[in-house]
Amino acid sequence: MARWQGQLIRVDDYRWKIPKDYKTGMRVPGLIYASERMLESMREEQTPEQVANVAFLPGILGYSLAMPDIHWGYGFPIGGVAATNIKDGVVSPGGVGYDINCGVRLLRTDLSEAEVRPRIHELVDELFLNVPSGLGSEGKIKINQKEMDRLVVEGARWAVRRGLGSEEDLDVTEEQGCLTGADPRKISDRAIKRGAFQAGTLGSGNHFLEVQVVKEVFDSHIADALGIADTGQVLVLIHTGSRGFGHQVCTDHLRVMEQAVSKYGINLPDRQLACAPIESPEGQDYLAAMACAANYAWANRQCIAHWVRESFARIFGKSPDKLGMRQVYDVAHNIAKIEEHIIDGRKVKVCVHRKGATRSFPAGHKDIPECYREVGQPVLVPGDMGRRSFIAVGTEKAMSDSFGSTCHGAGRVLSRGAAKRSVKGADVMRQLENRGIIVKTGSIFDLAEEASQAYKDVTEIIDVVHQAGISRKIAMAVPVGVIKG
Amino acid sequence: MTKGFEILDHTADIGIIAYGTDIEQLFSNAAVALFSLITEVENVDEKLHFNLRVRSQDRDSLLVEWLNELIYLFDAKHVLVRRCDIEDLAHNELKATCHGEAFDPMRHKIKRGIKAATYHMLKLDRDDGGYRAQVILDI
Repeated sequence: MARWQGQLIRVDDYRWKIPKDYKTGMRVPGLIYASERMLESMREEQTPEQVANVAFLPGILGYSLAMPDIHWGYGFPIGGVAATNIKDGVVSPGGVGYDINCGVRLLRTDLSEAEVRPRIHELVDELFLNVPSGLGSEGKIKINQKEMDRLVVEGARWAVRRGLGSEEDLDVTEEQGCLTGADPRKISDRAIKRGAFQAGTLGSGNHFLEVQVVKEVFDSHIADALGIADTGQVLVLIHTGSRGFGHQVCTDHLRVMEQAVSKYGINLPDRQLACAPIESPEGQDYLAAMACAANYAWANRQCIAHWVRESFARIFGKSPDKLGMRQVYDVAHNIAKIEEHIIDGRKVKVCVHRKGATRSFPAGHKDIPECYREVGQPVLVPGDMGRRSFIAVGTEKAMSDSFGSTCHGAGRVLSRGAAKRSVKGADVMRQLENRGIIVKTGSIFDLAEEASQAYKDVTEIIDVVHQAGISRKIAMAVPVGVIKG
Repeated sequence: MTKGFEILDHTADIGIIAYGTDIEQLFSNAAVALFSLITEVENVDEKLHFNLRVRSQDRDSLLVEWLNELIYLFDAKHVLVRRCDIEDLAHNELKATCHGEAFDPMRHKIKRGIKAATYHMLKLDRDDGGYRAQVILDI
């Protein structure tokens, strides 16, 4: 791929603008959050071109935004944020992605590294047994069509009703684990067939379950409010989404959108950006189906969190309550949300597409749980398997500058093929074990694809969003045990 | 035509480039390329034979729909395909007979899951004496 030659105008140390006149058809300029040293690899990967392409979407407001973990995606870049006016703007399934409501859930514990290290092998084995993972993995829950209809409307609550978790979990989940407007009539039979036996499974690819230890606390007051007391504390991070169900919802509605593009006379530089006006039947149908998939993902993470707690209880011989296994938060990082934002001093209802980006609402915002009202919404940023993850909180600056959004993870730098050519799965496992990280996976072949070298260092990413002020870093944790699908 | 397909390396995803002396062969090779990413196709026996029919709005999107049909087949019905005969291919519709078998964890190694075939960077062109197509897959 040829290096991208367009103009990137420095706004400040962490923001770079693609002028609106870079390409005819752009409705707003592009804005990339990055440090200067990140720019070259972005140019080589051609990602600014995708940021410019997103600026073609009718009704897009402000900027076509890109987070520092941006990488080349299909249509939309991964790490892209686009807000469209709900009155005359569009919704684009490509701006959400195939893995609708792929997201992260964090549990805290009262356990220390010293208590967990000696039993880490047993614990990882138990988690691997209890949480179905890997390709073709079938869930422990068997669901018929009627039950699926309930699941996709209720989201995480569906699982809580079945005894998998508690009301308190819902309080600390984005949207309380249930996006309104979900309509099972907008879901195809195929999506149901793909999803029915995958509920309550981790899946494969970049999805994982990690036992982590807090290594650094940057703000002890806020960390304390999140339930993170000090270094050495053990946490559990769950990263998964809506599985085949969400993929099929995206596939089905992209097909509809393909036709909508010509029906509504929308001019796009890439077919994968296919979209329809939010207020059109096609747009409304997609949002209703997307909400179903988002709810499926929240139910999925809710089930998995419950089995994680059970596994800990079995290994440590105490109830999850006694182990202090409270949920810190659960965020979606592939989603479109209808939100209110202030634009030129006026409140405007917008559809915020976050594809590989996390909501980052500040202290005092009405949509964040009571318990975090004073500190801001927790933002969970997983790194790659061998390195570290960050916990941050949302800020006012995110509201004014980035439609309440920030980064979502590390972002790939090597293709899966290149990662496999540079390292073998078995070697990755050995290297991690040498560093005290125990990995259990159904497919050692896939492990090389997720090797640290394949990803940007999440530390650089978090530093950019912290310095730019769109989220504030609170703590950093490193893995000691990993389950990979 | 000696090679039926190639695999294209893409940072976040993976792609296939399929060839064919005619458009039917190209569609058939694209199917084999897809299953070669999922499993070791040489270990798939031809025990099941079934017909598929796919429709779309134009020829380019027909290729995407065709691959999405096969992805669904594996993900929802756990069927692996070794070979496809494209029997009828009009501008926006195709009929095919596929040969393969049900996934057997004892004999089939699954290399990776595939979420979908995308329209991103989709190309289907004439290429000296035949056809060439490129499809990016989300994995």
